[in-house]
Amino acid sequence: MESLGVLLLYPVNAYLEQELDRRCRLYRFWESPRDEFLRAHAGAVRAVVGNANYGADAALIDALPALEIVASFSVGIDRVDLAKCRERGIRVTNTPDVLTDDVADLAVGLAIAVLRRIPQADRYVRAGLWKSRGDYTLTTRFSGKRVGIIGLGRIGQAVARRVEAFDCPVNYHQRTEQKSVYPNYTYYPTVVELASNSDVLVVACPLNASTRHIVSREVMEALGPKGVLINVGRGPHVDEPEMVAALADGRLGGAGLDVFEDEPNVPEALLGMDNVVLVPHVGSGTYETRKAMADLVLGNLEAHVLSKPLLTPVV
Amino acid sequence: MTPSAAGADAKAKPLVLVSQPSDSGLTPVMEGQFRFVLAADADAATAAEARVLFVPGLRPVTADLIDRLPALELVAAISVGLDHVDLDACRRRGITVTNAGATFSVDIADYAVGLVVAVLRRVAAADAHLQRGRWAMDGDYPLATKVSGKRVGIVGLGSIGSLVARRLAAFGCPVAYHSRTRKPAPCPYTFFPTVRALAADSDVLVLACALTEETRRVVDREVMEALGAGGVLVNVGRGGLVDEPELVRCLREGVIGGAGLDVFENEPDVPAELLDMDNVVLSSHKAVATAESIRGALDAVSGNLEAFFAGRPLLSPVSL
Repeated sequence: MESLGVLLLYPVNAYLEQELDRRCRLYRFWESPRDEFLRAHAGAVRAVVGNANYGADAALIDALPALEIVASFSVGIDRVDLAKCRERGIRVTNTPDVLTDDVADLAVGLAIAVLRRIPQADRYVRAGLWKSRGDYTLTTRFSGKRVGIIGLGRIGQAVARRVEAFDCPVNYHQRTEQKSVYPNYTYYPTVVELASNSDVLVVACPLNASTRHIVSREVMEALGPKGVLINVGRGPHVDEPEMVAALADGRLGGAGLDVFEDEPNVPEALLGMDNVVLVPHVGSGTYETRKAMADLVLGNLEAHVLSKPLLTPVV
Repeated sequence: MTPSAAGADAKAKPLVLVSQPSDSGLTPVMEGQFRFVLAADADAATAAEARVLFVPGLRPVTADLIDRLPALELVAAISVGLDHVDLDACRRRGITVTNAGATFSVDIADYAVGLVVAVLRRVAAADAHLQRGRWAMDGDYPLATKVSGKRVGIVGLGSIGSLVARRLAAFGCPVAYHSRTRKPAPCPYTFFPTVRALAADSDVLVLACALTEETRRVVDREVMEALGAGGVLVNVGRGGLVDEPELVRCLREGVIGGAGLDVFENEPDVPAELLDMDNVVLSSHKAVATAESIRGALDAVSGNLEAFFAGRPLLSPVSL
């Protein structure tokens, strides 16, 4: 695919960048001012590679007349204008499955970390406080807590399988109940009811127009003063200012957050809270998974160039 | 009520000596049923009368203390570990010892899993990074390593180890173990006859066994070299299971890749060098520190005390 002009929107991964450079005609979007770049190279770009935070929006798509495919280095493609792509006949691929385990591992790891205050204990010891003050604080057991999952897709199911090993009853909400597929999980027709009946609420659905702020103030209050919110989806799934207020007031018991509305900015009020664990969008951030994601992006581009079926098409 | 009747009421409650002040307190049931006296405050008559010693913490229970209690028949510990109790002295005197049984096991297992994920995925380090405002400054966080699929080796497949096994198996980790004896079929996990052999075949080594003379410093340099540069050690057992100075050297030299440590050889002292390492997660002996566990352990003590004084079989006696 040496003649394939690929526009990489951001240095998402060193291996991917190296391979694109070696096998395609690579353009790096961040190396020159946007307008200057587009004037010089817009006509040569046939493929765009972005990630969770950098996508092909309507304006960029309009500026690339030769664009044929958007291959996102992510599973979530809320930053890609899918309607515009459909209109222009542009293909879109993502990276499902290869990151499912990592995201599910992190979701459960965050839930334990919040309930058992693991980062807080680590900070306490490093600050010399165990020695000077002792440590008599009690936390609460994770096993057996009711886990509510918003979206029982690949990631949601992987979370469910893990928490079952901790004897956590599994509840879920999504557009349709699937009782025959999940006879052991309890379906709730609304997110508020799901939250009311759960101790840990995990966001595992795609971000689109109907799921923006799906975790509203009402949902967080239903989850309650002992409830814990785990967001490994997208920042905009949660009404972030409401969440910060609910945590500060004690109306929400705790949160484990991998994503934020305005990354890399984290609301300052969340820093230092004992009942909050914050990580910088590392849901798929392992070298094993990023390599697999990169290979999937390359595989999709190659299939496209060879006119073969795309590996993981969205559009 | 006349003073003699009040005195008779007080004497009606069986006497229980307490080895140290308790951080966990007593349940209302316990306070209602027994008369608790701190061993250090006991007069000669009380010491001579005491048939039961309640051990509500980890301060040593020495042969010296045991020998000052001629009527002692039962030592009821709130903990599951008994390395702080002179078991030889108990054995010699025919004293029965009870521990917390399996009441702590779930929370210890959950914590071990939490530490595994926290070390491999750098959760605590990443949180610290964000707390210092570095995400905006430094950009993307360095990559960590996947938990699913890592080979997990558990040292001690007792009640804690088997719960750890079940949990990590659900993360897609193949699980192997070392125990004093191979578990009978159908045990789904691979047995290794030595800790070194287990370590050689593991990416993550979880210590969930008791500290005894046989297991003291069972994790030595040889075991850590077998675990290897990508390997991670998680200890929710006792600090004494690990050669701690050697552990620090192995982490510094990259002989092993990381560690999650809830226990240390000389708590609350933690080797200073560990405080600067970001491939370790440190914890203040908190694996049991949930309200549910403490309540469960107190109920176990309470149940053992009740059974003892009623002449019924004890709930969680330990074989000495």
